[in-house]
Amino acid sequence: MRTIRHDAVIIGGGPAGLAAAAELDRLGVHDVLVIEREKQPGGILRQCIHEGFGLARYGEALSGPEYAQRLIDELTSRGMKVMTDTTVLSLSQDRALTVVSREGIARIEAGAVILAMGCRERTRGALAIPGERPAGVYTAGVAQAYMNLYNRMIGRRAVILGSGDIGMIMARRLTLEGAQVEGVYEIMDTPSGLPRNISQCLDDYGIPLNLSHTITEIHGGARVTGVTVSAVDAQLKPVPGTQRYIPCDTVILSVGLIPENELSLEAGIALDPRTRGALVDEHLQTGCPGVFAAGNVLHVHDLADDASLEAEAAARSAAAYLRGELPCCGVSVVCGAGVRYALPQRVSGGQDVPLALRVSRAMGPCSIVLRQAGREIGRKRVIRALPAEMIHVTLKADQIGGCEEIEVSAE
Amino acid sequence: MNRSLTCIVCPNGCTITAELDEHGAVCALSGAACPRGEAYARQEIERPMRMIASSVRVTGGAAPLVSVRMTKPIPKGEIMRVMEAIRSASVPAPVAAGDVIIADVLGLGSDVIATRSIDQKAV
Ligand SMILES: Cc1cc2nc3c(=O)[nH]c(=O)nc-3n(C[C@H](O)[C@H](O)[C@H](O)COP(=O)(O)OP(=O)(O)OC[C@H]3O[C@@H](n4cnc5c(N)ncnc54)[C@H](O)[C@@H]3O)c2cc1C
Ligand code: SF4
Repeated sequence: MRTIRHDAVIIGGGPAGLAAAAELDRLGVHDVLVIEREKQPGGILRQCIHEGFGLARYGEALSGPEYAQRLIDELTSRGMKVMTDTTVLSLSQDRALTVVSREGIARIEAGAVILAMGCRERTRGALAIPGERPAGVYTAGVAQAYMNLYNRMIGRRAVILGSGDIGMIMARRLTLEGAQVEGVYEIMDTPSGLPRNISQCLDDYGIPLNLSHTITEIHGGARVTGVTVSAVDAQLKPVPGTQRYIPCDTVILSVGLIPENELSLEAGIALDPRTRGALVDEHLQTGCPGVFAAGNVLHVHDLADDASLEAEAAARSAAAYLRGELPCCGVSVVCGAGVRYALPQRVSGGQDVPLALRVSRAMGPCSIVLRQAGREIGRKRVIRALPAEMIHVTLKADQIGGCEEIEVSAE
Repeated sequence: MNRSLTCIVCPNGCTITAELDEHGAVCALSGAACPRGEAYARQEIERPMRMIASSVRVTGGAAPLVSVRMTKPIPKGEIMRVMEAIRSASVPAPVAAGDVIIADVLGLGSDVIATRSIDQKAV
């Protein structure tokens, strides 16, 4: 087997991977390899043809492909290339990768690795809706790829399960293409997508959003013919007598994204059950020294801008690691009341650290409070907190005393 | 009378409350975290405008479709007519990102432009 060596190897050529590569080059680490399994770099952005990307980074509302192109152009202008059509099959603790491409299998040794594999969609199997298994059931991202990349209209009359952003964006896309979208059914009592998407994708087209409702059965032989929907109670159990039959030929599932961590698990990298991404310290370093993670593989981001910013931070850490300069992190960050997850999970106390977190349920005006051994060491007031919106808080180094754990709560 | 809106200009999605007089004109706004949101709310109440994105068929290209967007927002009421125009259009490959696919669509002052490049199909 061929063996090659690079100072830094980035797995995944989405916005996170591309932004990390450019940042490494900027910092003087020039021997960088980006590996992407698709034919083209850009990641999920290639199929997100709607506009609304890059407001923070470029000050413009770009479409997904344009945003990806900006990042690709930046690499090209630095003389960097992405190795496409190549899949990473495995990663080891000592940062050796096995990759496969048309040329065969190769082994790559890396000084540092940045994980940027993005995420995948939860599927209906994971949710187990009773009923037939007819054609016409798609996850939202697959439906988006069919319509936006391959010109395949997926149906004429659709019901959407789950209020994730991709599902709402597809509801609008289908309506614009002349299909009828009967409604979005969300089992929880709060939407999981962003308020702006409820407004511009559903309200604009009169598509009803039914909270505390779910699909209890999918009907059809070869193709979907309809679904049964029911209201659910506080325990998320269908309420008897509320069933309603809705004829449709398409069901779109927008029930969440999960970080893509097969490779990480195999490498023995510990994951956080809350984020489903790696446990990381303030350098975004995983439990495996020299392996960093950023973007949707670490935790699911609403915004490509956030994913690329995080990836640049990971690149700075990887560069410092290659110089042998990463201080260790002994202080744990844990979730208190009202917080679904907070990240990074370990800090050093030596520098200010931006924390990213999500609340577990919708709250009005509230505070995100940081405490160490019962002492308040930080507080941020917000006018509302939604599980759909990531919140950023700065953990100030000069407030941290000792190595007791730091608790993040929403109150 | 009050009207409540979700600002769609940026991902913050501020909830803006507009106080309207008896003619439906805006007399006060609250809830917007920045001036762009206030401008959006005024526009939304007077004459709602939207950006749309879609795709146009490509002939002889390496991919069957090219993604497109508008260069300027169009009146919300014209969305379906603009979609008709986009659906009936087709362009020969190659297409470069930024190429104007339909100039001044329906005379609304906005162009439909390509948002990615499509090479010719390899022969
Ligand atoms: C439908 C949808 C709509 C969105 N809308 C918006 C929006 O309006 N505005 C906004 O700012 N953000 C939006 N986002 C969010 C944003 O697009 C994501 O946060 C961002 O793309 C995440 O980037 P990433 O690089 O982490 O992952 P990805 O873009 O998923 O890239 C990961 C890449 O890794 C590759 N890969 C995975 N495993 C391997 C392997 N083993 N070997 C080689 N390569 C591998 C994949 O092929 C992929 O190209 C949206 C996301 C989705 C899904
Ligand atoms: S008001 Fe300003 S900050 Fe709030 S959503 Fe609109 S543009 Fe964004």
